[in-house]
Amino acid sequence: MNMTMTQKILAAHAQRDSVLPGELILAKIDLALANDITAPVAINEFRKAGGGCVFDCQKIALVMDHFTPNKDIKAAEQTKLVRDFAHEKGIEHFYDVGAMGIEHALLPEKGLVVAGDLVIGADSHTCTYGALGAFSTGVGSTDMAFGMATGKAWFKTPSAIKFNLRGKLPKWVSGKDVILHIIGLIGVDGALYQSMEFGGDGVASLTIDDRLCICNMAIEAGGKNGIFPVDQVTLKYIAAHSTREPVIHAADSGAEYERVFDIDLAAIRSTVAFPHLPSNTKTFDQIPSIPIDQVVIGSCTNGRLSDLAVAAELLKGRKVNPRVRTIIIPATQKIYLDAVHQGLVDIFINAGCAVSTPTCGPCLGGHMGILAKGERAVATTNRNFVGRMGHPESEVYLASPAVAAASALTGVITDPATI
Amino acid sequence: MKITGKVIRYGDNVDTDVIIPARHLNTSDPKELAAHCMEDLDPDFVKKVQPGDIIVAGKNFGCGSSREHAPIAIKASGIACVVAKSFARIFYRNAINTGLAIVEYDGDIRDGDQLDIDFAHGVIRNHRDNTQGRFTPFPEFLQKIITAGGLFKAKETMQ
Repeated sequence: MNMTMTQKILAAHAQRDSVLPGELILAKIDLALANDITAPVAINEFRKAGGGCVFDCQKIALVMDHFTPNKDIKAAEQTKLVRDFAHEKGIEHFYDVGAMGIEHALLPEKGLVVAGDLVIGADSHTCTYGALGAFSTGVGSTDMAFGMATGKAWFKTPSAIKFNLRGKLPKWVSGKDVILHIIGLIGVDGALYQSMEFGGDGVASLTIDDRLCICNMAIEAGGKNGIFPVDQVTLKYIAAHSTREPVIHAADSGAEYERVFDIDLAAIRSTVAFPHLPSNTKTFDQIPSIPIDQVVIGSCTNGRLSDLAVAAELLKGRKVNPRVRTIIIPATQKIYLDAVHQGLVDIFINAGCAVSTPTCGPCLGGHMGILAKGERAVATTNRNFVGRMGHPESEVYLASPAVAAASALTGVITDPATI
Repeated sequence: MKITGKVIRYGDNVDTDVIIPARHLNTSDPKELAAHCMEDLDPDFVKKVQPGDIIVAGKNFGCGSSREHAPIAIKASGIACVVAKSFARIFYRNAINTGLAIVEYDGDIRDGDQLDIDFAHGVIRNHRDNTQGRFTPFPEFLQKIITAGGLFKAKETMQ
């Protein structure tokens, strides 16, 4: 039978020749991930169920990235609980302050995910790794506990939506604009329970960072996963980061999709998602002058080196508007160090930005950049729900690093092409 | 399992950030989480919710983060069931795994209505106009998980 990429990876991990959309399967997992917020709940469930050994101490990743370096006593207690568990069980991929980065930037960088893998993570943005040709999806803490104990997870095989990409993105337009455009098109439940499969000639022009960003926000359309075909760009990235062999699954030409969208990358414009839904998107011909108080450049969506480089290109030799608190958060220690070596951190500090150690902090209103009542932020993060970055009456505008940097300079939401 | 309860009505896309804001995720204690349930959507929720009440909402309930703290907070607040036109998929799994009853149903239900829900037969009855609607009941093993109070609690009964 003809299958999508997602069906093929699920079938391979369920030791089946094929799986049909809607079919329930029990599948082996290659990696189970949790963070300092979700792991404590999973560990408590794991212990209540009798504890014992984890299925494989090399196939569990625990990344302390949300409220770290710990923001308060309670957060410190939660992290300590995870740290003690990791040491007790000999978890090889435990990343604490000093080694940790934002999980979805860190795992690909550490080579923990390769094409063909099946990954579950107790974090909704686990769908990021589809950029590498893996099936990866967010689950809750109980599923994580079950995964840690058994090395397995149950899935309902999703049907799929196909996005045929063609052409090449214009200057200042990135993967972030592509995924915001798509979410604006199909809505926050447009891909509910479904797989979002990307393909077409345009894929070759997208960098791995663009693809990671696009798959990262599949969940913002309700998607179960996002996935890109494996090409030379993918293989080159995997070879540079992992010693593991990728397994390449390609969608069959007769694979069935519930819907197909053709997207011309050359026609995508810088896109901003207005409060309070990621689907509430506008392009600059529809955006009035909106004053802002804060800019955040970072997160699992846009905290990679290429994101910082784009921001630096705009900020170089300039000063941010004194009314705009501009916070730049490299997503991993390696990205931070590369940004130092390439002179990007000099540019940021000279421009009047704060540069932080890796953390998810402000994205979810945890710490490191909380908004007061009535304040507005332009953020390269992934959600703009009510109260997401602070006070319930604050506002978050989601955008690319280029839009965020341009807006930091002018103090209003700004098209980078006008700088 | 059958329940009767009063409706607290919300709209579409109720996200996990308003169900339990991340500023309260520095704990996983159900009671502490329940004290802040729905805080950013409806600050009066914790004052008005009574044990056995039913949340009724529109499409895509529980969208956003994978935080299991969301169904844990709702359950610990006393809510007996969430009825929605559709659920975001991670919340859907998490609700079942933590033993929070959920029903996918789209009907004319208003704030303050009194509902009877029969989970085994898939029937919702609204006292206001004495109408009855049907939904697809969960297969028996999922009903057992919810009745037992969650996946791990159901483990023994399933073996």
